[in-house]
Amino acid sequence: MASGCPRLEIKREKLRALAPLAEPGSPEHLRIRQMRARDLLRGDLDEAELDEHVEQSVLTTSLDKVLKWGASNSMFPMTFGLACCAIEMIAMVGSRYDIARFGAEALRASPRQADFIILSGRVSIKMAPVVRRLYDQMLEPRWAISMGACSSSGGMFSNYAVVQGADKFMPIDIHIPGCPPRPEALLYGFNKLQRMIQDNPDQGWRRRYNAIGTEEWARNDVIAGQPSAASEAAYARSRQGIADSAEATGPEGPGGPARRGAGTR
Amino acid sequence: MPDAIGLELIAGEIGDAHPGAVLDTYYEHERACLIVDPEQVLAVLGWLRETPSQEYRFLASLHGVDYLPAAPRFGVHYELLNRDRVERIRVRAALADPGPDALPELDSCVQMFPTAEFQEREVYDFFGIVFRGHPDLRRILMPETYVGWPQRRDFPIGGEPVIFTHNEHQVPGWSN
Repeated sequence: MASGCPRLEIKREKLRALAPLAEPGSPEHLRIRQMRARDLLRGDLDEAELDEHVEQSVLTTSLDKVLKWGASNSMFPMTFGLACCAIEMIAMVGSRYDIARFGAEALRASPRQADFIILSGRVSIKMAPVVRRLYDQMLEPRWAISMGACSSSGGMFSNYAVVQGADKFMPIDIHIPGCPPRPEALLYGFNKLQRMIQDNPDQGWRRRYNAIGTEEWARNDVIAGQPSAASEAAYARSRQGIADSAEATGPEGPGGPARRGAGTR
Repeated sequence: MPDAIGLELIAGEIGDAHPGAVLDTYYEHERACLIVDPEQVLAVLGWLRETPSQEYRFLASLHGVDYLPAAPRFGVHYELLNRDRVERIRVRAALADPGPDALPELDSCVQMFPTAEFQEREVYDFFGIVFRGHPDLRRILMPETYVGWPQRRDFPIGGEPVIFTHNEHQVPGWSN
């Protein structure tokens, strides 16, 4: 403004009186929050208004949770196709199904740069050492998805040439059934892996049918007749996981269908 | 494609050149086949390749077969092709089973048909048929440490039993 001009009088009004009138989510409400944020930066908010603003706009969490949230939403899969399931895996990367929605679109051609590997197809006994070496070359933390019936259990190849389940030679985090699984199923399995990375693994049918004590370690204890300390600890962990899962998804009766809607989390 | 009469003529000519080489012929589904003595298979292949009226110069395929209940147990098939006349003929070497401790042997045709190198390795890999004179006879598809000849009919299929509730008690280690 040039010198000599009449100074413009600026009258500042706080919007507190207007706030209850605007519905949350309306353009007015958003505008009010924007102006309050500006007031905060100017130092015009004080005491009660300052407390209210901070309560509305600041979220506290732990660094661990933020790291896991970030890691699970920026996964690098390895470019590795074993057999016909790889076609579905390629479709999942394409624009129709689009794994980029979940932040895993950057397929890496090197195991050193990859976070997880999808075993997409049958693993022959000649390929198994290669797969194991690739898995060993990946950097921690690393995960593995077994895609389809063949890599999970041998599938239709019940013969001399195919390994009957990839978890005979490497640890597998997620098994996806199907022959082959559709890309949606693979995406669903990947979402389960994300929940596992965020330390909130799905208990699946055990939680749905309230089936505590059917795990393999519990079963072995029944056969041996004597529960071990390790299985007691695993039982406690499983129980705790199911309780946390129930708390997160809201109350429901035993045997009721699990509700995992997007709005509950 | 030699018809049934042409096949008999070829068999007769081979019989004149190499007595006892052709054991039998058969003709079905418009395919001509010579069943030959495994010791003279190279002579028959060479005759079919070099005789001016035949000139089957292309080995389209070489594969092994296990006819387990039948008497000459193994067969090695050579699918020959004349590309000028587009005629095919099959030569089958009938190999007897030498018993559980020995492997059946046959002369290699790599010198005559270089393409047979990998295919003979495959037949060796799956059926355990040894080709004498092969430059590099070792397994090609199975791991080199593998034991057994998996495409033989008396080889176990492999795999694992699938456990359901109805047969769970029959599987060792799974019963309550």
